[in-house]
Amino acid sequence: MQTTADKKKIKAKYSEETYATWYETMLRIRRFEEKTLLMYSQQKIRGFCHVYIGQEAIAAGLKTALRPEDCMVTAYRVHGLALMKGLTSRECMAELYGKDTGCVRGKGGSMHFFSKEHKFFGGNGIVGAQIPIGAGIAFAEKYNKTDNICVTLFGDGAARQGALHETFNMAMNWKLPVLFICENNQYAMGTSVARTSNVTDMVKIGLSYDMPSEQVDGMRPEVVHEAVSRAAEHIRSGKGPYYLEIKTYRYRGHSVSDPGLYRTKEELEYYKTLDPIGMLEHSFKETGLLPDERVLEIQESIKDEIEDAVQFAEESPWPSPEELYIDNYVERDYPFMKD
Amino acid sequence: MSRILTLRDALREAMVEEMRLDPTVFLMGEEVAAYNGAYKVSKGMLDEFGPERVIDTPIAELGFAGIGVGAAMNGLKPIVEFMTWNFAVLAFDQIVNNAAKTMSQSAGQFGCQIVFRGPSGAAGQLAQQHSQTFEAWMGTVPGLKVISCTDPADAKGLLKSAIRDPNPVCMMESEVFYGEKGEVPEGEYLVPIGKAIVRKEGSDVTLVSFNKQVKTCMLAAAELEKEGISAEVIDLRTIRPLDIETVIQSVKKTNRIVVVDESWPMFGVSAEVAYEIQKYAFDYLDAPVTRINAADSSLGYSHIYVDEYMPNPSRIIKGVKEVMYIKR
Ligand SMILES: Cc1ncc(C[n+]2csc(CCOP(=O)(O)OP(=O)(O)O)c2C)c(N)n1
Ligand SMILES: [Mg+2]
Repeated sequence: MQTTADKKKIKAKYSEETYATWYETMLRIRRFEEKTLLMYSQQKIRGFCHVYIGQEAIAAGLKTALRPEDCMVTAYRVHGLALMKGLTSRECMAELYGKDTGCVRGKGGSMHFFSKEHKFFGGNGIVGAQIPIGAGIAFAEKYNKTDNICVTLFGDGAARQGALHETFNMAMNWKLPVLFICENNQYAMGTSVARTSNVTDMVKIGLSYDMPSEQVDGMRPEVVHEAVSRAAEHIRSGKGPYYLEIKTYRYRGHSVSDPGLYRTKEELEYYKTLDPIGMLEHSFKETGLLPDERVLEIQESIKDEIEDAVQFAEESPWPSPEELYIDNYVERDYPFMKD
Repeated sequence: MSRILTLRDALREAMVEEMRLDPTVFLMGEEVAAYNGAYKVSKGMLDEFGPERVIDTPIAELGFAGIGVGAAMNGLKPIVEFMTWNFAVLAFDQIVNNAAKTMSQSAGQFGCQIVFRGPSGAAGQLAQQHSQTFEAWMGTVPGLKVISCTDPADAKGLLKSAIRDPNPVCMMESEVFYGEKGEVPEGEYLVPIGKAIVRKEGSDVTLVSFNKQVKTCMLAAAELEKEGISAEVIDLRTIRPLDIETVIQSVKKTNRIVVVDESWPMFGVSAEVAYEIQKYAFDYLDAPVTRINAADSSLGYSHIYVDEYMPNPSRIIKGVKEVMYIKR
C-alpha cells in the first residue's frame, strides 16, 4: 500500500490549509445538499428547493479569495453560498424545515437565507433582482469608504434580464466596488443558454460596458480562487466593477420537481467526470497535497456536522403563529388589519 | 357533449382553438414551447403551431411584455404567459403604462388586443415573493379587464372571450388548481367577461369569492348545510368589470354577505364588494358586510405561517356565524 509519504510530492502552490478549506467547503455543501434532497423526499422540507450540487468549486474559490467583511447577494440557489459565507449547517437545515431556529426563523425557506452577521444579503426569488441590489450594497460600502466589495451572483438565465444592463452601466459609471459573477451552469430551468441568448459567451456582456471581464473554469477551486483574487484586488484599488463568467454545471434538476428531460444522459455523464470534489480527491491521491488522514478527518467531521444539523432541525420548535405578523414593520405595535 | 378536463387542459383548448381560428393569435413566454410550459398548460402547442407562433422567451418579463404590446398595437393578438403573476411585476410598466393606456393616449387610433395570463395566489410554502395575489393590483387600472377563474369550463370560455376581446385582458389562474378537474363542453364555448355565476344556491347567507377560494367557500357551505345554514356561493369570475348586480340580487334574498378574498385585506376586491353592497343593498342588509382575507402580512415559508395566513373553511364558517349572530 502506498502511503502519503511515498507519493510524488509536487510543489504545492497553496498551503495544506488552503486545500483543506477548499475540500471542506465543497464537501460540506455536497453533503448538506444530498441530505436536503433526502429530507425533501420525506416531506420534511417543502416549497421550491434548488440545490447547488456540481457548483461547489465556485463557493470554495470564493471562500479563500474573499474577506469575511465582504458582502454577498445571490439568487434562490442559495444554500451552498450561505454555508460558504459562514452560516451554520444547523441554522440552514432548520430553515429548510421551517423551524424557529432557522437562519430567518422559518420565514424564508430554501430560497431566502440571510445573515446580517456574515454580510449575506440573500437569497432572492425574483430572477435578476439581486443584480441592482448587489450594486446598491457596494454603493453603501463605497459611500462608507470601506474597502469591502460586494459579490453579486446570478445565473445564465438572469443574465438576460434588463436590470443587468442598467446596473452594469451605473456600476461602471460610479466605479462601484462590486464583483459580478454569472454562474453559467448552462441552463435556466429547461432552457439552454443558446436557445434564449444570441450571445452564448456571457462574458461578452461586460465588454460593452468596458467592464474588466473574464471567463473562468468553475469546476476547480484554485482557478476560481485566482480569478476572484485578481478581481477583488482590482475592485479594492478603487477601479470599479469586475465581471466573471464562471462556467459550471448543475448535476441535479433545476429544482426538486424537475426531471431534466432537456439534456442528454451523455452530457450529464461527461460533466460528472469533471466533478469538482472528485477531481480534487483524485489530485490529493496523486500528489499528497492533502494527506489521506486529513481527507478522512474532514469527511468524518462533515458527516457528523450534517447529521447533527438534521437532528437539530428535527428537535427545534416551530415558530408561533403570531410570528407571521412580526417583521413586516419595525414597530411591534403596528396596527394590522385583522378583520 | 362535455368531458372531464383539468384546468390546464381547458386553458390549452381555449388557446389552441383560437389559434386555429385566427392566424394573428400567438403565444409567448418562458418555457412555453420546448419545455411544454412550466405547468404544462401549453403542452403540445409547439408541435402543432411551430416556433413562429409558440415562442420561448428569455427571462425578461419587461422586454417580452413590451414586445407583446408593440405587436398588439400593430395588429397581432399575443397571449403573453407569465410563469406566475409574481414575475409579471417586472412587466407592470408595459401592462399598466402601455397596454392599458394605448387606446386612450392615441384617441382610439391604436388598440392593444393582448392577453396576459398566468397563475396568481399562494401555492403552498413558497414564501414571500412567490405567494402574492394580483387581482386587486390589476383590477384598479382603467383600460384593463381582469379575469380570475379556476373552474375548467368557465376558464376555457373566459380565455376564449379574452383572446377575442379587443382590449388588454389579464387572466389570473392558479398553480395549485391546474390539475383541478371539471366538465367542459366540447367545441365552441364562450363565457362572457364581466358576468359572475351562482355556484350554489342558498337562502341564509351569500358567500362571494373568486379563483381557488370559491372551492373553500363550497367546502364551508357544505359544512354549514349540516348545521342547517343555507349558503349561496357566488364566483365572481371577472374582477374588472365587476358584476355587482349578481351579488346584489343574492343579498336581496339572503340579507347577509361574507366576501372571501385571498388578497390582502386593505384596498382589495373585498373592500370594493363591501362598498358596492353598502351603497346598493344597504336596506337589505341584516348585518354588516364581513370579509375573510389572507392575513395582512407577507407570507413566510413555514407551514405554521401558511396555516395562519390563508382563508379556510373554519374561518369562513366563523364569518358566517358572525353575520347571522350565531354565538358558538
Ligand atoms: C422574474 C422571474 N421570472 C421567472 C422566474 C422563474 N424562474 C425561477 S428560476 C428560473 C431560471 C433561472 O435560471 P438561471 O438564472 O440560469 O439560474 P439557475 O437556476 O441555473 O441557477 C426561472 C425562470 C422567477 N423566479 N423570477
Ligand atoms: Mg443557469
